[in-house]
Amino acid sequence: MIEIRNLKKSFGSHLIWQNVNLDVLDGETLAVIGKSGSGKSVLLKHFNALLYPDEGYISIDGQNIFEKDYVNLRKLRQRFGVLFQGAALFDSISAFENVAFPLRYFRVMEEDEIQERALRSLEMVDLKQIGDKSPAELSGGMRKRVGLARAIVTEPDYLLYDEPTSGLDPLTSDEINDLINYMADSLDITSIVVTHDIHSVLKVADKAAYIDNQEISWSGTVEEMQHAEQKNLRDFIKASEYLIS
Amino acid sequence: MTRLPVHTAIYGDFTISYNMNLFEELGRFCNLLYKTLRSSTEVKTYGSNLLLEMIKTGYDSLPIILLTGVFTGSVMTIQTAYQLTTSLIPKSTIGAIVTQSTVIELAAVISGLVLAGRVGARIATELGTMRVSEQIDALESMGFNSVTYLVMPRLLAGIVMFPLLYVFAATSGIIGGVASGALLGTLAPAEFMTGAQQYFFGSDVVFGLTKSLVFGFIITAIACYKGYYATGGAEGVGKATTQATVLSCIYILFADLILASILL
Repeated sequence: MIEIRNLKKSFGSHLIWQNVNLDVLDGETLAVIGKSGSGKSVLLKHFNALLYPDEGYISIDGQNIFEKDYVNLRKLRQRFGVLFQGAALFDSISAFENVAFPLRYFRVMEEDEIQERALRSLEMVDLKQIGDKSPAELSGGMRKRVGLARAIVTEPDYLLYDEPTSGLDPLTSDEINDLINYMADSLDITSIVVTHDIHSVLKVADKAAYIDNQEISWSGTVEEMQHAEQKNLRDFIKASEYLIS
Repeated sequence: MTRLPVHTAIYGDFTISYNMNLFEELGRFCNLLYKTLRSSTEVKTYGSNLLLEMIKTGYDSLPIILLTGVFTGSVMTIQTAYQLTTSLIPKSTIGAIVTQSTVIELAAVISGLVLAGRVGARIATELGTMRVSEQIDALESMGFNSVTYLVMPRLLAGIVMFPLLYVFAATSGIIGGVASGALLGTLAPAEFMTGAQQYFFGSDVVFGLTKSLVFGFIITAIACYKGYYATGGAEGVGKATTQATVLSCIYILFADLILASILL
């Protein structure tokens, strides 16, 4: 279980958000939504301590992650898989080598097993045939899928998605949403999805948290979100043309 | 990265803010060097990159270094011959002056300034692009020590390969001097080499090697720092690359003066 308590973050004198309190149960998918520039990605980067807050803490399995020393923090990070907004693939190596990368350094494995695991990950995202291509040769959707394959190859406990459908056409976005559901259902992974895509939220999330006015102004289940009375949230959803009532 | 607050003082906003930023930059630079040094035992992490970096820094720089050396030596010979108009001084002195200048100063400094542009810019651009495209975040997210994996091999490659490049620069400089003297009829090769041998000292070579090692550290350390902490997309990477090159050149010249004062 992930517990976030009283989190506050500023960059210099610019407050991003404060009083952030959230719980993410094991196996759950939480969507963090909000307008562009509201600090969604900043919040996501706190889950694996890529960023540190000014106040508050995040507790995973009862331990405050911000109190860990660097060695133990690196071990914690290996429990996470992250899909970055631009996929963040390493340009100098092929798609297959990108996926195999975390296995080569952190797992004591024979080369055959590394190859098999990496191929299996690429198969899960339906990209087994493009392994030898460089990231520059791939489309945006393919890069995201390779990024997802890399994120899951180590069989993490948690998956972080930063705008997984941004910049993609509706069909490809739906494919990514289906993959997120597949990961959550078949691998029973706890997921946090940062997005402004309401269609994606409705499809993949169990719970949602809405960042507005530099705080979590609303949180609840996705069903509750569709009937929420908070004006800004309703406007946000309506702008996506997915207001149910 | 949280910036220190800027306070108004009687010295003026600009002076204080400039000085605070300078200290913050220096602190962050020293912190990066400390993390790099601390990771020196994690050979398994950076070992695979080290050979590749040595090839990119050393082997790939050879053509420009040889060219720089040859032309520097040639021009030195021509200009020294131009200045030595009296017949009271033997022509072999030209060989002595060119060789000693090349070994003590020109091979290390000129090649250092060239490599600040070639190696420094490459490193700053590579790391800066990785930073703004979140590849460094991806490494850290996987549990990698990104400083060990990215900075350490580049720094080591600079320290190891720059002295080797100095040797090639000095040798090609002397060859360039011999060739230009012979081709222009200014100075026979035998005369050149007589002067060169008379004033060739091993201590000068040690001095040149020391300088090139220091320059290698300066260039790679500054380039790694600027690239690793780049922000602001493509423009930010461009800025980081330019700053890395310019600062490297400035500090090479400072270091040259300090080393000459201390060691000579």
